[in-house]
Amino acid sequence: MNPVALNLSGIDPELDDIELNLFVSAMRQRHGYDFAQYAPASLKRRVYQLVEQHRTSNISTLTGRLLHDPTFLPQVLEGLSVPVSDMFRDPPVFRALREQVLPALSVYPRITIWQAGCARGQEIYSLAILLEEAGLYDRCQIYATDFNDAALRQAREGIYPAREAQAWSRNYQAAGGTCSLADYYSARYDFIKLDQRLRRNVVFADHNLVTDAVFCEAQLVLCRNVLIYFSNPLQNRVLAMFRDSLLPGGFLCLGLRENLALAPAARDFEALDSSLRLFRRCPEPVHDEGG
Amino acid sequence: MKAVETIVIGCSTGGPGALARLLGALDHRLPASVVVCSHATSSPHTMCHLLAQHSTLPVIEACEREPLRGGMVQVAPPDYHLLIERGRRFALSVDEPVGFSRPSIDVLFGSAAEACGEGLIAVILTGANADGAAGLACVRRAGGAAIVQQPDDAAAPAMPRAALELAGADHCVALDEMASLINRLCMT
Repeated sequence: MNPVALNLSGIDPELDDIELNLFVSAMRQRHGYDFAQYAPASLKRRVYQLVEQHRTSNISTLTGRLLHDPTFLPQVLEGLSVPVSDMFRDPPVFRALREQVLPALSVYPRITIWQAGCARGQEIYSLAILLEEAGLYDRCQIYATDFNDAALRQAREGIYPAREAQAWSRNYQAAGGTCSLADYYSARYDFIKLDQRLRRNVVFADHNLVTDAVFCEAQLVLCRNVLIYFSNPLQNRVLAMFRDSLLPGGFLCLGLRENLALAPAARDFEALDSSLRLFRRCPEPVHDEGG
Repeated sequence: MKAVETIVIGCSTGGPGALARLLGALDHRLPASVVVCSHATSSPHTMCHLLAQHSTLPVIEACEREPLRGGMVQVAPPDYHLLIERGRRFALSVDEPVGFSRPSIDVLFGSAAEACGEGLIAVILTGANADGAAGLACVRRAGGAAIVQQPDDAAAPAMPRAALELAGADHCVALDEMASLINRLCMT
């Protein structure tokens, strides 16, 4: 196991910065993907991982290939997105969704849910299972979006390594699961495949939080551990987009360690459970109609 | 030489005990920020609580976007990589574990080297894997100082040994001598 991406950094930080800026420019100008407002430390680390993975000698070589080789972009996007998750990751969050959020959603005849940054879909299938068990699934329209098309394809397939199943089953039980996770997948060789009925109301779609706009009116938005990669202004802008996508009283579920203290748009949310990063959109300001 | 603003500490197997002894002997007037990355499996509250019982400095969990604080110990939360941005603020990531570890010492040290340069001391304590060795090399390349626990003195010698082999060290000392060394490097 190579401690990737460290061997190269720090030799000439000033040169590194120039090369990284050129790479970011190439992504934006040539391909329309804007990483300029990503938090620099993680972005740099991922770009170095790409350098290592593709055995180029520096970032500039990567940038050259990005400009001239049309088949290269998907591999770069794969490297720059966040494809890692688990089913029912952070079980207390899914328990709170089950026990507090879904009962509140059950008053609506139609329920719209958006997961922003769904990556390989582990959390969408987790959510779908919660909705099935609550008897709400058939009333739901679920949007699962990501800017990484390869991840979206994998999310649609719902195929994961079988070695994960045991930990995910434990998570499912800890999240208050009433059946067995194995009821929802079939195992074959070294893989499990999630029951494809779980995605009958899911639309997987390409959406980039940096450049794309509000597209639905939702009662629940999930976006866990995505904003941690964004600079403060971008975090705030995306938070405002979630606010504008949510009905008043709608729910927002973020990652367990996300910090909204520097985002003015956080004022439009109130905490349902601040330790679980579960929020509700505040009602519209009530205007004084008298006088 | 630039004043030491930041001390990053990495450890794994045997880490909580070693940290308790080290943090318990630091000068309570230490002006630098102390940042800890441990592969401990216990809950974050347990870890912070345990260290707070022994540390001469206040211990809190490191929070994304917040600045490093002088005279405090800030601990990496479990299951996230902790990074330091330029401007000495924390960032978190859920990128893949590095060598089965998240938080990874290499990730913390690599980012700290960039953000802090010469004003950095990086410390490798006991541990049963090689995490931190590549990060320590970055720290030294960027002008920071490396302190490694003597392998014979460590509960698990593999981590300090790997660090010495790959990166070398400016100081290789027993745990009992480490706090006074750090106090001296920071307070003069």
